[in-house]
Amino acid sequence: MTNVAIIDHGAGNLVSVTNALTAIGAAPRVITSPAGLATADAVVLPGVGATGAAMDRLNETGMADAVTAWEGPLLGICVGLQLLFDRSDEDAQPCLGLMAGTVRQVTGQPLPHMGWNDVNHRRDPLFDGIPSGEPFYFVHSYAPAPLDEDQTIATAHHGSPFTAAVRSRNRVGVQFHPERSGAAGFRLLSNFVANVTEPSRVA
Amino acid sequence: MLRKRIIPCLDVADGRVVKGIQFSDLTDAGDPVELAARYADEGADEICFLDITATHEHRPALLDVVQRTAATVSIPLTVGGGVRSVADMRAVLRAGADKVAINSAAVARPTLLNECAAAFGSQCVVLAIDAKVNTNGAWSVWTHGGRQMSDLDAISWATEGAARGAGEILLTSMDQDGTKSGYDTALLAAVRQATSVPIVASGGAGSTDDMVAAFDYGKADAVLAASIFHHRTHTVTDVKAQLATAGIDVRQESKVTWP
Repeated sequence: MTNVAIIDHGAGNLVSVTNALTAIGAAPRVITSPAGLATADAVVLPGVGATGAAMDRLNETGMADAVTAWEGPLLGICVGLQLLFDRSDEDAQPCLGLMAGTVRQVTGQPLPHMGWNDVNHRRDPLFDGIPSGEPFYFVHSYAPAPLDEDQTIATAHHGSPFTAAVRSRNRVGVQFHPERSGAAGFRLLSNFVANVTEPSRVA
Repeated sequence: MLRKRIIPCLDVADGRVVKGIQFSDLTDAGDPVELAARYADEGADEICFLDITATHEHRPALLDVVQRTAATVSIPLTVGGGVRSVADMRAVLRAGADKVAINSAAVARPTLLNECAAAFGSQCVVLAIDAKVNTNGAWSVWTHGGRQMSDLDAISWATEGAARGAGEILLTSMDQDGTKSGYDTALLAAVRQATSVPIVASGGAGSTDDMVAAFDYGKADAVLAASIFHHRTHTVTDVKAQLATAGIDVRQESKVTWP
């Protein structure tokens, strides 16, 4: 069974993520300190809330450095995805800087962008078995603008197109909530976990 | 395109789903976990779970029912009832809720909205407003499950609530609640004018035509309905098919299968 460490940064709803990973057959465990990474096969950085509060907590607990040093498979969800970038217009604190770019406010109304929206993706193992255009559940006001456009593997549209999923080697991130997106979301999470055990499938 | 959401609402009292008319004459409508699972299977976009006697009885929402419901469904779950502090909200989120609706406690102490938004983010703070037409022809805000009228005007309270950090407004017309004669589209449109956060229409759903009106005239982002689903007058699947035919952009059944 794949051991997935879910990083607790104080705000996120960890229950949905834990329930969903359990449902797809992984072994999730919520961790609050870097020691928890020792036995992990993969890491999920979840999140609701604001990037600033999340970064404060990650810095206080030493998790920011630990996540930066982690070279295994990593999935950022919502704010967890935003934290992978250099910084966010939402708050002054620098983010993890694992991917180059800034997180910016989405242009559409109403805000927050809340509900099911179509996710148009290009071929990526994360979306195996999921048609492009499949709706996923979003709830956010900000989204990353990667400097390297090739890192964007999926987009959605609210006012204008924005990045809905990214990949940099074995680090991936989704702006939507796969743990609350029904069958399609569970399929995506199981793709992430499958790629942990079959890393050769990731280009 | 952001899809219009259909949200079955489970009003829960003493661990059972109940349904009333204009907030009284409650009758039993079933087990909350079973109903939530059925609606999720039928294609509901979210589930809303309101512990309607919590504030009145001065106790927090029934966390074990929230926990079992959250573990059963794989779509977002909003929970409301009896949340009076950041600690109450944390407990409901820890039980598995994705969003928490606050009504009476925010009216009593509006800074609660600021505190909850700062602690957990606006996206999980839902301001629930129970509104009723008053003698001036405007809408007053009512609290304690429709038992007490406040001094607040519903439109200005919606504006203030969004400014304080509510990320969504769950707007219930007490006049229409349980009547199956349609949502209060004038109320919806007035709140839409006054704020930019998503609005969930509630109270009065009797048919899919009522939902079309809430979307087209009320400019709602989502519609809540209880009795039409509980009484099996309509399934969520039927409602969505009819809405799609009427030109409303709803999420249709996924082609992705799991497991």
